[in-house]
Amino acid sequence: MAFLELKGVEKHFGAVHAIKGIDLAIEKGEFVVFVGPSGCGKSTLLRMIAGLEPIDGGSLWLDGREITRLASSKRDLAMVFQSYALYPHMSVADNMSFALRLANVDKAVIKEKVQRAAEILNLTRYLERTPRELSGGQRQRVAIGRAIVRAPKVFLFDEPLSNLDAALRGQTRLEIAKLHRELGATTIYVTHDQVEAMTMADRVVVLRDGAIEQVGSPLQLYDRPANRFVAQFIGTPQMNVIATEQLPTLAGIVGASGVLDGFIGVRPEHVVVHPAGRGRLPAQVDVIESLGADTLIYANTRGNGHGGVTLIARQNTRTDLKVGDEVGLDVLPASFHVFDRQGHVVAPAH
Amino acid sequence: MKHFGLIVRSAAAWVVTLLIVFPLIWLVLTAFKTEQQAIAVPPQLFFTPTLESFAEVNLRSDYLLHAGNSVVTSFLSTLLGLAIAAPAAYSMAFFRTKRTRDILMWMLSTKMMPAVGALVPVYVIAQTAGMLDTLTGLTFVFTLSNLPIMVWMLYSGFKDIPPDILEAARMDGANVWGEFLHVIRPLAMGTLASTGLLCLVLSWNEAFWSLNLSSAKAGTLATLIASYSSPEGLFWAKLSAASLMAIAPIVVIGWFSQKQLVQGLTFGAVK
Amino acid sequence: MSDAELSVAAPLRGGDTSTGATREGTAVSRLLPRALMAPAVITLFLWMIVPLVMTLYFSAVRYNLMQPGDKEFVGLANFEYFVTDPDFGPSVLNTLLLLGSVIAITVVLGVGLALLVNEPFPGRGIVRVLLISPFFVMPTANALLWKHMMMNPVYGVLAQVSIFFGTTPVDWLTDHPLFSVILMVAWQWLPFACLIFITSLQSLDRDQMEAAGMDGANALQKFWFLTLPHLGRPIAVVIMIEMIFLMSVFAEIFTTTGGGPGNESTNVAFLIFKQALMNFDVGVASAGALFAVVLANIAAVFLIRMIGKNLD
Repeated sequence: MAFLELKGVEKHFGAVHAIKGIDLAIEKGEFVVFVGPSGCGKSTLLRMIAGLEPIDGGSLWLDGREITRLASSKRDLAMVFQSYALYPHMSVADNMSFALRLANVDKAVIKEKVQRAAEILNLTRYLERTPRELSGGQRQRVAIGRAIVRAPKVFLFDEPLSNLDAALRGQTRLEIAKLHRELGATTIYVTHDQVEAMTMADRVVVLRDGAIEQVGSPLQLYDRPANRFVAQFIGTPQMNVIATEQLPTLAGIVGASGVLDGFIGVRPEHVVVHPAGRGRLPAQVDVIESLGADTLIYANTRGNGHGGVTLIARQNTRTDLKVGDEVGLDVLPASFHVFDRQGHVVAPAH
Repeated sequence: MKHFGLIVRSAAAWVVTLLIVFPLIWLVLTAFKTEQQAIAVPPQLFFTPTLESFAEVNLRSDYLLHAGNSVVTSFLSTLLGLAIAAPAAYSMAFFRTKRTRDILMWMLSTKMMPAVGALVPVYVIAQTAGMLDTLTGLTFVFTLSNLPIMVWMLYSGFKDIPPDILEAARMDGANVWGEFLHVIRPLAMGTLASTGLLCLVLSWNEAFWSLNLSSAKAGTLATLIASYSSPEGLFWAKLSAASLMAIAPIVVIGWFSQKQLVQGLTFGAVK
Repeated sequence: MSDAELSVAAPLRGGDTSTGATREGTAVSRLLPRALMAPAVITLFLWMIVPLVMTLYFSAVRYNLMQPGDKEFVGLANFEYFVTDPDFGPSVLNTLLLLGSVIAITVVLGVGLALLVNEPFPGRGIVRVLLISPFFVMPTANALLWKHMMMNPVYGVLAQVSIFFGTTPVDWLTDHPLFSVILMVAWQWLPFACLIFITSLQSLDRDQMEAAGMDGANALQKFWFLTLPHLGRPIAVVIMIEMIFLMSVFAEIFTTTGGGPGNESTNVAFLIFKQALMNFDVGVASAGALFAVVLANIAAVFLIRMIGKNLD
């Protein structure tokens, strides 16, 4: 059995079926990210694992023991809350040592553990301060420190970076990843940001409407999405997804003409922009976004009376093209995804 | 230009304030006068202050009694009120059910009935039970009067504790009692204090029930002051001294807790 | 937010802890809350029901405290008696005048004062502290302060001031009893209204003011179109709270005018008191009390609705 296992976990809020039969096995030391749009149930699932929400159906297992009905205080899990949830009336040191004090751990041991955690997180200078006197980034580190000190079986992070400004977010992302490497602790991390998912995870769990869409390593999800939702959720800019009838030429190119009511997916970096005349899809440039290292070209395949389809192409060289220019688009061989009417992938990309 | 506006505004604010507060200032001055100075025509702004009026008031055989009664009834009703209101507010804040809101509204509505509506029955009950002119009777009535407001204020204060801090405590291994002891109690101290202060103020100033349910034995300072309504001889300085001693502690308390007190009295309807 | 929505939204805020599945022992979460609430609920229930039932009973019988033996059922006779009392009409009128005047004075002056002290100026802290003081003076001290030191027609401050300006001093309590009471009560409640308005003004949106200024609004227009609507809700609350508490104005009348001269300063509360504890006619007093309770209920209904909206 895996270290942390969910078997058929269910949750209802009144009439709403919020979590629909989740099965998941997490190995010891893994960094697993729950990602998905708002309302997909990722936070709820995390809280169910933490014991802050009751589990209505199914079972939860940790290190061989069933903990489905066990109180949060007894699960040996630590959670870093989105709002940090620091105890406002306690100093940083007391915040971090609270759990150990409750467990009546020897004072000298507590002191040593708090010191060590504070060093790792650069908090030694702030140990006697109260949360009110700290900045957002410092408070977040205290929240992490509170979890580290306990050396729990699993770390749970609930969107920890969403309250930080952009610069701090990037930096803290690195620190959390580094921390995981050093401590090797099993971690479940919830976020709505797919960049965090891609960069930090050993495995990513994509959730939608209370069910798992796909589980896999970040690159697995990127290269071989199981359905249209995952394909469009992972990757910036979003994958180009076009209905087969809308662009029969493209359907022909990728060999999907036989698929009725299907969709074709091509990532922007697999769309090549040729001068007009070359390339199998004639199009006109609508928008050019020059980001410096990358250039995004939005081109529309005018045709057949109706509006045509806009494809995004991405290249890492600058372009001389201008808005309105005629171009010819093409797709790299074996770089496309075909989805059926329900969105499931039909033909693998490679 | 801006400076000029500031000066005008400041002057206006100060003048208006001093006008409004003037009666109190006059009270304070008169307390330190002799009776002759108190009724002097034209009124004296400058005089040598004396404590003789305070001394005379204190000599009154019933002054200490009434002062003691005020202290006892205020403090006891506050403690009793907290003992009853705090658990209820705690339950409503942390064990919320579908009926919690209705119950809270109902409790507030009991405060909205005019005291005079209950005067007759309460008087009759007090008379039958032999509780007229007793500290016990007064304390009970004060407690009941203030209970709705206390429940309300404590409830608001408890609700202000962020729920995720309690969850963090749970994750850290605290059981229900641990949550209360380590998180709720320290964070709710402020609310308990200001609610207690409010009850103290309301009970101390309580005049309706004091005047109707008590007289010589259990009367509070409110009734004592009322006895200066038309005594014989010169009494203004003594009245001022007695009033000053009676109102000073409460006014000072009011200075320090204005926001919370008014919050309590408007049932939180104004943010 | 309806309670159905509350129980769905609550998990996201962690507020719904009543299910007990993850707490030790589901028994705890059933019995404990009920036990905690019991004392408050029971005492308030008794405090509400017992006087009400007794008042209903008394209002329908003839009961005089001096003759406690006989209590014959008289139906609506007490109500008739109370309502046809020559003092009844004037007392209702006085009550309405008292309520209306005090509310008007406190709201208008309260808004003015709040605006005056809202912006910073030297000594603002002290000014605010001074302004709140009259509210904490006990009603009897308040009443006598005015009756003697201020309003005495010979030695009082107001009299001295009129002499200074060459006019004859007014004998306030004899010639204008109701107005005197109004003045005392308004003086006491003005700080209350003022503090509420100050609190509310602090949440006024600065950006909105600046936008209005850029749109060409002057100070008066800003007040009329932005500030006043913002104060609409607190003003309503002040009016309702004062309506409820001012219905029972008693101590001031008791210690100063005794309802007189005649019935000129008697309000409904004092009239009930007179019946009960001066005429000892409990039956009639109870009838009157029911009348007062109905009046107060009307104001209370509105206030409860307004608080209920703010409750979550």
